[in-house]
Formats: sequence, structure tokens, C-alpha cells
Amino acid sequence: MNLTLKIWRQKNHKDKGGFVDYKVSGISTDMSFLEMLDVLNEQLSEKGEDPVHFDHDCREGICGMCSLYINGHPHGPQQTTTCQLHMRSFADGDTITIEPWRAAGFPVMKDLITDRSAFDRIQQAGGYVSVNTGGVPDANEIPIPKLIADEAFDAATCIGCGACVAACKNASAMLFVSAKISQLALLPQGQVERKERAEKMVAQMDAEGFGACTNTGACSAECPKGISLTNIARMNREYFSAVVSSENT
Amino acid sequence: MILDSKIPAGPIAEKWTKHKFNMKLVNPANKRKYDVIVVGTGLAGASAAASLAELGYNVKAFCFQDSPRRAHSIAAQGGINAAKNYQNDGDSIYRLFYDTVKGGDYRAREGNVYRLAEVSVNIIDQCVAQGVPFAREYGGLLANRSFGGAQVSRTFYARGQTGQQLLLGAYSALSRQVANGKVKLYPRTEMMDIVNVEGKTRGIITRNLITGAIEKHSAHAVLLCTGGYGNVFFLSTNAMGSNVTAAWRAHKKGALFANPCYTQIHPTCIPVSGDHQSKLTLMSESLRNDGRVWVPKTVELAQKLRKKEIKPSDIKDEDRDYYLERRYPSFGNLVPRDVASRNAKYVCDEGRGVNETGEAVFLDFRDAIQRDGEDLVRSKYGNLFDMYQQITGDNPYKQPMMIYPAVHYTMGGLWVDYNLMTNVPGLYALGEANFSDHGANRLGASALMQGLADGYFVIPYTIGDYLAGMPYDKVSTDHPEFQKAEKEIKDKIQKLLTINGSKTIDHFHKRLGKIMWEYCGMARTAEGLQKAKGMIKELKAEFWKDVKVIGTNDELNQSLEKAHRVADFIELGELMVDDALHRNESCGGHFREEYQTEDGEALRDDENFAYVGAWKFVGEGVEEELHKEELKFEEVKLTQRSYK
Repeated sequence: MNLTLKIWRQKNHKDKGGFVDYKVSGISTDMSFLEMLDVLNEQLSEKGEDPVHFDHDCREGICGMCSLYINGHPHGPQQTTTCQLHMRSFADGDTITIEPWRAAGFPVMKDLITDRSAFDRIQQAGGYVSVNTGGVPDANEIPIPKLIADEAFDAATCIGCGACVAACKNASAMLFVSAKISQLALLPQGQVERKERAEKMVAQMDAEGFGACTNTGACSAECPKGISLTNIARMNREYFSAVVSSENT
Repeated sequence: MILDSKIPAGPIAEKWTKHKFNMKLVNPANKRKYDVIVVGTGLAGASAAASLAELGYNVKAFCFQDSPRRAHSIAAQGGINAAKNYQNDGDSIYRLFYDTVKGGDYRAREGNVYRLAEVSVNIIDQCVAQGVPFAREYGGLLANRSFGGAQVSRTFYARGQTGQQLLLGAYSALSRQVANGKVKLYPRTEMMDIVNVEGKTRGIITRNLITGAIEKHSAHAVLLCTGGYGNVFFLSTNAMGSNVTAAWRAHKKGALFANPCYTQIHPTCIPVSGDHQSKLTLMSESLRNDGRVWVPKTVELAQKLRKKEIKPSDIKDEDRDYYLERRYPSFGNLVPRDVASRNAKYVCDEGRGVNETGEAVFLDFRDAIQRDGEDLVRSKYGNLFDMYQQITGDNPYKQPMMIYPAVHYTMGGLWVDYNLMTNVPGLYALGEANFSDHGANRLGASALMQGLADGYFVIPYTIGDYLAGMPYDKVSTDHPEFQKAEKEIKDKIQKLLTINGSKTIDHFHKRLGKIMWEYCGMARTAEGLQKAKGMIKELKAEFWKDVKVIGTNDELNQSLEKAHRVADFIELGELMVDDALHRNESCGGHFREEYQTEDGEALRDDENFAYVGAWKFVGEGVEEELHKEELKFEEVKLTQRSYK
């Protein structure tokens, strides 16, 4: 395959940035999208030009490090991570536009790399059960109905990549935040801090500059792990019930 | 040098308990006077950082990824072992200990392995308390599955994403300590060197991957939780960023590197499809619970398959060779990884490989789907089947998967004693970065267990014993040793940036990988290793003359990051080859063709090689010095490993 790539290049956080066109040829349909970019970067490196910087690590669809806004979709046309997107999804002669995540909460660091540390700070605000190492009950002393455990698991599969934010016209992080709140709200282990968690995580989400939710569902449709919109409904319920009975007002 | 493992005396079941009592304690008010650096935030690093912070130590945690949650532990699929015996099928701490020593082909330390089995039960409790959503039965209790190398079901799992769920659990504990102000996080930061002051490790030098700033960090102890070195092969199941740099630079500052040639080739990975390939993807070993491994009985049929003249389903049962079930009737498809991998290589070497390259075997779910239905198979392995289809374009519910062995895990690593301390006081190594628990071959679902055992339940005790004897005084980062280390790193960076040669970094990495795979991979010979030694020497010289590193230090520069890592991989490659060459026996993942039984199994030489080979760096361009730690077996009788 021969392709034209329209890639966002930006030297650093302060640089204005812009699109640059590149041609790549001899691309095999078995290549992953990132391997196609590897080919481009080898070409650039051989010529002594700065390779296109992008985040990637496990290349198995689980670490959440890779991003890329491809032809108007986070992680490209399929509901997978970019590393699991293969070139058989494109046709010879295609022009592919590649941009970084665009959201106030995710400033661009260089080229296609953004700073997603806001997600870490939201997690730090309350995305945990406060137990120290040791001194916990035997695992089977906390029986959990299989259906509840499965539902909690579905929420827990979030990989924290940020595609939900990139997909949302409001750059809302509610799918990400609600996945964690849901997981712990469903499980008995999460009950003790349930209210406080919802309040604190939502407050941090707002402080990071993410937008509100207008229920278009783009986040869930683009989520590589298929995190359900139900989680946002559950988060709203958790949050409102926490606020009306809050002792922290 | 005498390598003292510091295994406590006494009966094996009492060693750890007695040791915990005998170790010195740091009183709660004094813990806040000590600073601890943790490098790496995978299972070992995140669990250690969180647990030490909970105890009251001041922790700094470093990772090269943009968030601690992305460390490569996250990609572990199948599960985590624990001797809970919830299934009432005869499991016990002793049996897990025994299976692990045997699975490691009798090249692990008994004392360490027993402790690992002992604390395994606490790990599951801890993770459940954090809210890790393990698989459950309809009665609400935890489910288990079986795994290679064991005849009991002791593996806990969370679909095919166990590593992810365990890491997110540890990351949540870590996040809580960040919020409490007890851990300071340094993401996108790479460790460049350790700093030793008066014979003790007292800090590290790092590079900020966003700005390029070289920074100095002082502490009372440093924990390297930096994972394995499988990427020395270029193609492996490791993440793209996984590297040996932290461990290697510690090695060059005095820490011994043990058993570097023990590498695990995982039997069930998606086969290589072409030269463009950047990494290999594992298909969890748990698939071998229900999938049956086979190739055609004849070369003719295999050739027809390769030319796509026939489909796998066209081959009748009597023309299929379920070679693992045939050769190992009692363990069948669940033989340990090294055995499964070698057998795949044998049948492909015979010309019976089933894909275009001839380097693949089938993993077939036809019978499981007929027996249990597609829905049940999907509920157990759905995400793995999806991943397979995504990568290959084939539907494994309809056609058997094709798999081939790939580099997955490294049992070797920094030498540590029973307290997880290297031979350099104050420098510890945890998880895959150390060498101690898996011998020459790791059993499935044991890596997660070891990482979390080290971080949650071993280091919180053993570090106290060391720190209790340390003065509270901090070493200033203006100390001459810090300045010296900083200058060395800056000089090295300058050198890499100014070679301005003609070949890219990946060019060198790929060449190194090919040499290692060819001569130091699944099967090794003295002749091949000698050849590899010369080739790597040449490659190293060429790298430092002709590599092209783009850009400057003072920016986000992925070329420069890679250049450091590949330079260290080349040096490590030399040592792996030396280690493989000196070990004139076959054991576990180290298979020397000269040393095998009549039916092709690994032939150990316990009289001459029942030791840990720990290498000491003595200077650039000089052969490293070998030191031996004799392995004493008081519990387990050394026998020829048999899975028949």
C-alpha cells in the first residue's frame, strides 16, 4: 500500500504546531497502525529528520499508552486501541489524518503526545479502597454475587487512555471517572467510602477543566474497551445521593 | 567474593516466621526520617511503594511511562497462583513450593521459593480487599483455573486481564499514598544511574523525559523494580519501552547479575508475520486448558496447509499429531512452558509447521466448543479470541489458532539475598528484575505472585532491618559522588548525540535481536554461542561508531531514550552469551543441544552446575568475573524432571 499521512507536528507545549504531509510506501496490510508509523520514523531517522513522536508501549491493547486521533476518530475507525488497529482497515492510496487528543485537560507535549496526568490526579482524589497492606480478611469472607462481580469487572476494564475525552465535543471525562466510581460502588469493599469517593473524584474532574456530559454517547461508542454509558448514569446517582446527604458541605 | 544468601537456619516452614522476628524494627516515629526510592511502578514497584509509604517511610516512585498504571505488568493475562486450596484438590503451601522448585528445574533457592508460596495466600486477600474483581462462582466465592506445570487448580484470574486488575489495585493503593503526601510520583522519568556513597547505594540520577533535565535524588535505600530484559531479542512479548537500563547500570556500579542466560520462551504467541513486526503478542497459557496443540502427522499435509490447498478442518483426526498429549500423557497440553516451546520447535524443524513461514503450530478449540458450547468458551477466553482475530484477521471460533514460541520472561536478573538486597548495601531488586525465585524456568501465573509477594509482604519487613542500622542523615546531592555520576551521564548523552553516524538505532536493535534469537534462543550450542560472541562485539563497536541519534538532550527525544536502552542491551547480550556458554548443561529455559537425554529432554549436570552464576562487572571491554552461590537442596530431591 502507498499512503499519504497528514500528521500534526508540534515541537513542544509552547509551539503552535501544524500539519505536515508525508508519503509512505510498501505498507503491508498485516502491519499494525503503529508499525506503519515505525516505517515512517525509520525513513525520517535515516534522513536525519526528527521522527514523529507518539505514545505507545505494550502494543497489546491494554496499557492505554497509545492514543492518536485518526481520520476524526480516537484510535481510528475501529473500536480498538490504535496499537490493535491494522492496516487492512485502510485502502491503497488513502490519505490518513493523524492528530493528538485535543482537550484542555490533555495539553500537547510534542507532536502526538499529550499530558494525561489529570487522570492520575482524579484517581488520587478517591479511586481506591483505603486498606493498608496486611490485616485484611480472608478473600472468601467477602462473597460477591457473580453478576455483580462481572458488572464491576466490566467497569474495571477501563485502560485510562483518554479516548472518551477525545471523542467528546465537551471534552468530558465522565466515562473514565464513572468507570472507577461504578466498580467500587458495586462492590462491597467500596461501600465504606462510597459517598466521599463520588464527591471527591467529581470535584477533581471539574478542577482539571474537563467539560460536562450532554449524553451524546460518543465516549462509549469510541471506547476501545466498550465501557458502557450506564456507568455515567450510576455516577450521577452516586454523586447526587452523596451530595444531598453529605457531611462535607 | 562469597555470596551469602542469608537464608535463615531452621526447618523450611519456620524460616520466614523466625526471620521476621529476628529482624530489627524501625519505630513508627522514626520511619519518617528515612527516604526510599522505588524505580518502576509495575506490580513489584507499585506494591512496594504503597506498602512502604503506609508504614511511614518517605517514598519517591519513578516510571518512564506517562502514568504508573501503564507498567507492563498490566499486560499479564492468565492469572496469579496462590496456595489457598479453595478447590479442595490437594493443594498446599508445600505443594506450590515443590511445583515451583521442580518447574524451575532445580535452579532456584528453596528458602525463597517456600516464602513465596507462604505469602501467596495473603496476596489474594489483599487484592480482594482493594476491590480487584477476580472471577467468581455463582455462590459468590472465588473461581480458580489450572495452569501449566501443576495438577491442581490454584490460579486466580480476572478474565484474560489478571495483570491489569492486579496492577490497577496496586496503583490505587499507590494513588492513595500520593494523596496522603507519602509518595512523590515522577512519571516520564528514566533512571540513568545509581549513586554509591561509601559503599552504600544512596541515590539515583534520572532524566526527565519531557525536558531532558538530568536530576539527582538522594535516599537511604533504592529499590529497582524495573522488570525483565526480554527486549534484548528485539522481538518479544515485552512492551516497547521495557528495558534493562536501570538494572544494567546498577550492575556496572557493582551489583552482580545472576543467571542472565535463563530466558523464558513462551509457547503460545501469535507467530511472526513479517520483517515489519515490532513486537509479539502472547496468547495466555490458560488457553492450553481447553485448546489442544497439534500439527499434521506428515510433512506433505503441512505443505498443503502452507500453500492453502487445504484447511485445518480438512485434516482428519487420524492424520493429526497431538504431540504434547502423545509424549506427555499425564500433563498433556499443560506441560511447563519450556517443554511446550521446545516441542513446538522440534515439530517445526521436522517440516510440520502449519503457516506460510513454517513456524507455527495449531491450538485448536474445536473439541472444547463441541463439548461446552461456544458461549462458555467465549466467557472464559473472549477477549483473547478477539485479540487474536484483531491481529491475524482469522476467527479462532471457526479455525484453530496458530501459535509459535516467543521470548516472554527473563528468570535471570540482579543477584539478591533472602532480604532482596543486592550485594551492594542499600540497593534492592524486586520482581522480575531479580533472579531468585523461578530458577531456570518460571511456571505460569507465578510472575504476578512474585512481584506482589516482594512488594507487599517481603520488602516492608526486610528493609526495616537494614534501615534500623542506618543514620538518619541525608546525603546531599552536591556530594562529589552525585556530581561525578551526573557528569558521566551528561558525557554519555553528549557522546550518543555527536556520533552522527549512518544507521538508525532500530537497525542495531534488530541485528542484536536476530543474533540473540538465532544463537542464544530456544536451543544453544557452544559453537553458535562462540560465533554470537564475536558478532556482538563487532556490533557494539559499530554502534558506537555509526549510530545516528536525532535531536538534542533538552527536549522530548524518543531517539535518545532508545539509544541508551539499545546500548545497554548490546552489553547485556554479551554477558548472556558468556553465561550460556559457561553453563555446560541444559536446564529449564537454557537448552544446550549438546546436553540432552535420548528423547530430547533437558539434561542437567547437578554435580557441576547446581549453583547460581553471578557475574561481576570489572571494567569496560574486560570479561566479567563469575561468582558462584551453591544451591543447597534440603527438602526437594533433585530428579530428572518428568511430565510424562
